[in-house]
Amino acid sequence: MAGVSNAGVSSALYDPTVTDPTATAGNGRTRKRTERSRPRLGRTAILVISALYFIGPLVGSFWFTVDSDPVTGFTWSAYSQIFSVSGLWPSLQLSLLLAVATIALVFLLLIPTVIAVRLGSPRLRSVVEFTCMLPLVVPSIALTAGINILLRWGSDNLQPTPFWDTLVAIQNSSFPVVLLLAYVVMALPLAFRTLDAGMRALDVRTLLEAAQNNGASRTRAIFFVVLPNLRGAMLNAGMLTLALVLGEFTVSSILGYTPFAVWIVNGNAAGDGTVTTAVSLVSMVLTWALLLVLSLTGGRRSAAAKPA
Amino acid sequence: MSTIDPTAPVGAAGSDRSRRRLRSSLRQAAAGRLAVLPLLLFVAVAFGVPALAMAYGAFTTYAPGQPSHYTGGNLTTSLSGGYLTALLGSIKLSATAAGIATVAGLLLAQAVVTSRFEALRHAVLSASGVLANFGGVPLAFAFVATLGNNGVITTRLGLTSAGWDLYSFWGLVLVYCYFLIPLMVLSVIPALDGLRRQWREAAQNNGANSVQYWRYVALPVLTPSLLGGFVLLFGSAFAAYATAAAMVGSSIPLITLQIAEALNGNVSADASNIALAMSLDMVVISILVMALYLPLQRRSARWLV
Repeated sequence: MAGVSNAGVSSALYDPTVTDPTATAGNGRTRKRTERSRPRLGRTAILVISALYFIGPLVGSFWFTVDSDPVTGFTWSAYSQIFSVSGLWPSLQLSLLLAVATIALVFLLLIPTVIAVRLGSPRLRSVVEFTCMLPLVVPSIALTAGINILLRWGSDNLQPTPFWDTLVAIQNSSFPVVLLLAYVVMALPLAFRTLDAGMRALDVRTLLEAAQNNGASRTRAIFFVVLPNLRGAMLNAGMLTLALVLGEFTVSSILGYTPFAVWIVNGNAAGDGTVTTAVSLVSMVLTWALLLVLSLTGGRRSAAAKPA
Repeated sequence: MSTIDPTAPVGAAGSDRSRRRLRSSLRQAAAGRLAVLPLLLFVAVAFGVPALAMAYGAFTTYAPGQPSHYTGGNLTTSLSGGYLTALLGSIKLSATAAGIATVAGLLLAQAVVTSRFEALRHAVLSASGVLANFGGVPLAFAFVATLGNNGVITTRLGLTSAGWDLYSFWGLVLVYCYFLIPLMVLSVIPALDGLRRQWREAAQNNGANSVQYWRYVALPVLTPSLLGGFVLLFGSAFAAYATAAAMVGSSIPLITLQIAEALNGNVSADASNIALAMSLDMVVISILVMALYLPLQRRSARWLV
């Protein structure tokens, strides 16, 4: 075996035509075909098993939604019931509302921050980085426990004070601000990293100087020059936050709200197994499609930007 | 159009300009801090206050109308009996799933990196990016519909009589790997790309076979990345709640499930302080995970420039 791979290496070393024609020159390194039949067989096996493992549950749950009952046989009824099943629309509405609010608040907090960090001192950057990574060490269930005890303490002690109305307002079930706060905290690490990466790709100082030399005020330069260049990163961060909020279950279920993911689980417990599985499958495929389109367009944009 | 006259004499305006530049840079630094302030305030309120309340509650008693007093009892309780079982169960589950996903992710990443097909690489990377951010309810449902008690594969193949049970330790490991493997692929592919072909060639010219190359060259270089990836996967499996809750309810002892039970008042009325103590246990473990992960990541970055 060693002899075979040695021969492969020497031919790859001395014969430049063995160079893999599909290897990218982008990373400055070309890969050569030194693998022989045994590794290739192993590789195929690994790829096939992985594909089965990752596609299997999707196909399986689709199969389950159309053909779970041996008596009725094949039926699309799980999908036609999606539009009539009770409680889906209000819960989806709540989730979407929370998602939009979370994305807005994340942008409002983070965009000035990433610009300031890019222009400011390294110390400012390390403070901000540390702050945004903090939520990573507190799992969302621990954060929920903290919020839960605060709300209980509030409802036991704040009744006679003017804060009572605030406490009631942030727990309003048609728009729970307390969930919004928790979601923004949970979205911070990923959103910061995404926006910061987008920002690092820009030469902000030059952009601002150029705009200001052309007579734009600093605010105007940020709004009309820097932000449009940050569009890709903003889209990315927004989509990741959207996916996070739509799928969020921990905080909302423990605090007693019924957004989308909680509705799915409750509906399943109530016996609408095929319908909730169908809803969850549809939501999953839609989210994936969204993220996939994003990653493909994002990849193409950065690839196109490279030579320039 | 420009307000700056490029022909202005430099010498006369020199000191004035440098003073102006100093003043403007000071103003910029102040503006920078001002721009960051809302974020810091927000994190202090929305994250700091609940976190402090959790830490405080873990060390105190709480009953409406009565003064709370300091106690170490919550933490002791959270580290004994069924609570300890749950903590250890979580650690065991996370370590097992992370270990399996590390190996599987490395194999998959290596298969992708050495593949001739660029399209395959793009497809796997995109899919991994999507799947790694994916867990929770839909994932649990997909597995339940496929391999649960009434799942299509289980019923078609009669797996239950063969001893298969998705709602078990190994069932959860199988499900967790679904989002852990993609995470591993994402974190190890840069490291695999950094393995120089020349290293393999040098090893082979010195007479090393494939196994020796991996044993003495590739794995030592990859070790920091692999360990860092393992720790990252461990942390993400350890904190997972939704997947387990939607799948097994509370039949498997896991610390996240125990915290939820205690918070929902299903255990006993005074369990909420124990829930806070368990949360503190989790935070301590997460901090340990981070303290391991960050140096490992820095170390792996050193080799793979």
